[in-house]
Amino acid sequence: MKVAVLVTCINDSLFPDTGKAVFRLLRRLGVDADFPEAQTCCGQPMVNTGYLDEAVPVVRTFARAFEGYDYIVTPSGSCAGSARHQHGLVARRAGDPRLAESGPKVRELSEFLVDVLGVTDVNAYFPHRVTYHPTCHSLRMLGVADKPVRLLRNVRGLDLVELPAAEECCGFGGTFAVKNAETSTAMGADKARHVLGTGAEVLVAGDNSCLLHIGGLLSRQRSGVRVLHMADVLASTEEDA
Amino acid sequence: MSATFVGMPAFPAAAREALADTQLRRNLAHATGTIRAKRAAVVGEVAEWEELRLAGAAIKDNTLRRLDEHLLTLEAALRAGGATVHWARDAREACDIVARIAKDHDVDEVVKVKSMATQEIGLNEALADHGVTAWETDLAELIVQLGDDLPSHILVPAIHRNRAEIREIFRREMAAAGRPAPDGLTDDPAELAGAARLHLREKFLRAKMAVSGANFAVAESGTLVVVESEGNGRMCLTLPEVLVSVVGIEKIVPTWSDLDVFLQLLPRSSTGERMNPYTSTWSGVTPGDGPQELHVVLLDNGRTRALADEVGRQALRCIRCSACLNVCPVYERTGGHAYGSVYPGPIGAILNPLLKGVGVDEQTDSLPYASSLCGACFDACPVRIDIPEVLVHLRSQVVDAHRGGPPKPEAVAMKSASWVLSDARRLGPAQRGLGVANRVLTRFGRRVLPGGRRGVSRLPWPGSVWTNARDLPAPPRESFRAWWRREKR
Repeated sequence: MKVAVLVTCINDSLFPDTGKAVFRLLRRLGVDADFPEAQTCCGQPMVNTGYLDEAVPVVRTFARAFEGYDYIVTPSGSCAGSARHQHGLVARRAGDPRLAESGPKVRELSEFLVDVLGVTDVNAYFPHRVTYHPTCHSLRMLGVADKPVRLLRNVRGLDLVELPAAEECCGFGGTFAVKNAETSTAMGADKARHVLGTGAEVLVAGDNSCLLHIGGLLSRQRSGVRVLHMADVLASTEEDA
Repeated sequence: MSATFVGMPAFPAAAREALADTQLRRNLAHATGTIRAKRAAVVGEVAEWEELRLAGAAIKDNTLRRLDEHLLTLEAALRAGGATVHWARDAREACDIVARIAKDHDVDEVVKVKSMATQEIGLNEALADHGVTAWETDLAELIVQLGDDLPSHILVPAIHRNRAEIREIFRREMAAAGRPAPDGLTDDPAELAGAARLHLREKFLRAKMAVSGANFAVAESGTLVVVESEGNGRMCLTLPEVLVSVVGIEKIVPTWSDLDVFLQLLPRSSTGERMNPYTSTWSGVTPGDGPQELHVVLLDNGRTRALADEVGRQALRCIRCSACLNVCPVYERTGGHAYGSVYPGPIGAILNPLLKGVGVDEQTDSLPYASSLCGACFDACPVRIDIPEVLVHLRSQVVDAHRGGPPKPEAVAMKSASWVLSDARRLGPAQRGLGVANRVLTRFGRRVLPGGRRGVSRLPWPGSVWTNARDLPAPPRESFRAWWRREKR
């Protein structure tokens, strides 16, 4: 099984620890994954803002970088959704079906762990009170259902508290967060309120983009709640504690 | 009463006003939350709900594929039943037809059944120009009309009002429109409904002509169908002598067995009821029973334009249930007025651009962007309109319509990002720039994010659009790819 990791442009540039956590976790589970260095981005920022011509060269780079792998694992529900459901659109625009060839092989991290590796206990240790926000694209575009929660429940020391109105969007939405900044913030304010209501110390999700938004609001409020990617939690062991 | 949406600002500006309206926010959160819960409960009890959705979508798609044939079948059946059929290419033609019928019968007022199509074409305002007053008889539409207000929801047009505001509107405005509100009217819902009933009865009994829309038009028998909760629609459909129905050409279903599917999907999706209280059907004129003159105006007004759009045409499946509004986190916070149309919420964000075309006015072009693409609307839609897919498609149309013009900052940013992200050999150096930002911020930045990471609270434009409300973590010293290289793994 030839496995590559799509670290994603946002993790590569802003959250390298999440990328490292994915490799640490996979190695612990016996998967020797590659980081194809030609990778950049899935093209979602351009596609979702309407810039299809601009997305074409980015998706072409994606398709080339990940050619020949059986699985492409990514710590992002949103980028997985973009690759699986939108690369066809970009390929049609370019008139080149090869652009859509890598997309179907992409698996969001929890999908890869549960569906492909068949693991729900990754032998992690994270002694904190945690609440989990299911990101929209992992939930509704990919249908990961309770896979992330099953993984988190098996983390030793982790006290998982349920988030009220969990399935409601946090308001990030890519360029929506700046094109409609006020509405985005209003949505995020309600999400932050629900997070604070749980008394959790850490908010976990499968997308650092959404966490950038919710975390930015929680930080502005001096709330004392930090945000952390699911991969960072699942990679943690007693040695890290 | 000349309220129209003409001249509304683009969505972000309209939303800014709405977000600051505390009463609106409270009313909307309460009302959408209530309907959402009711819908979830009654949808949950139908084991074959997904099959019903698939059937609804398939019937509509098949019908749209041969719309021309079904329309001619409908026209023939309507004529055979004694109705007069009119074809209207646009709002102007449709309004002129209705106004002419009113003139022919020398009426100066009509009663109306709640109808989206007549609002879409601005019929009330057009009739007013001809000296004809159109009275809305749906309770919520009456509230909107008396308050010289605009509807903010497809199903619950006065969702932005609470009962205290409604009492005030009734007390202030009813007298000028007919029977005044009773003395000592309180904000008790039963009393408010009673006041509306007394006020409207006068109008039902007096009116010579009624105007309706239709939820469905069954082609095989030439039958129009109106689904409602109050019975006020049925008053309009049965008491006056002349009935004019304005029907969008996408409302057609070929047979009664097709209708069956939608009568199951619609009430559960819209009001969260297993069955709606009133379903009125009429097939032409019945001598001695009900209106003795029946007109049907078949309305295009952009529908054939939408039909020509291969991705967007699925929006014509819409049965105006408003489930997508009630689950939309954007709608819940901004309300319907921000969308600047009688069709607000997620469906409005795709339907308006599809009917009107993009690249013409800024307001319409802003609508496909009025969504975080969370997908809740698609999950709730009883006819499986993939609203996020159509939104993204329309965004590309908006961008394409402006290509070749003066470049906007956004277009420059996207082109630059595309150039950097098209080649890892460009991304690496760009990330080293972030490393420099890290050294500056860790030395001078004061903000410490929860968990200890350094961050920023204030950036100059355009970064300020983010940092106005949200902190931002400082970029890392080293990108992931730089770390990977260094580790030489």
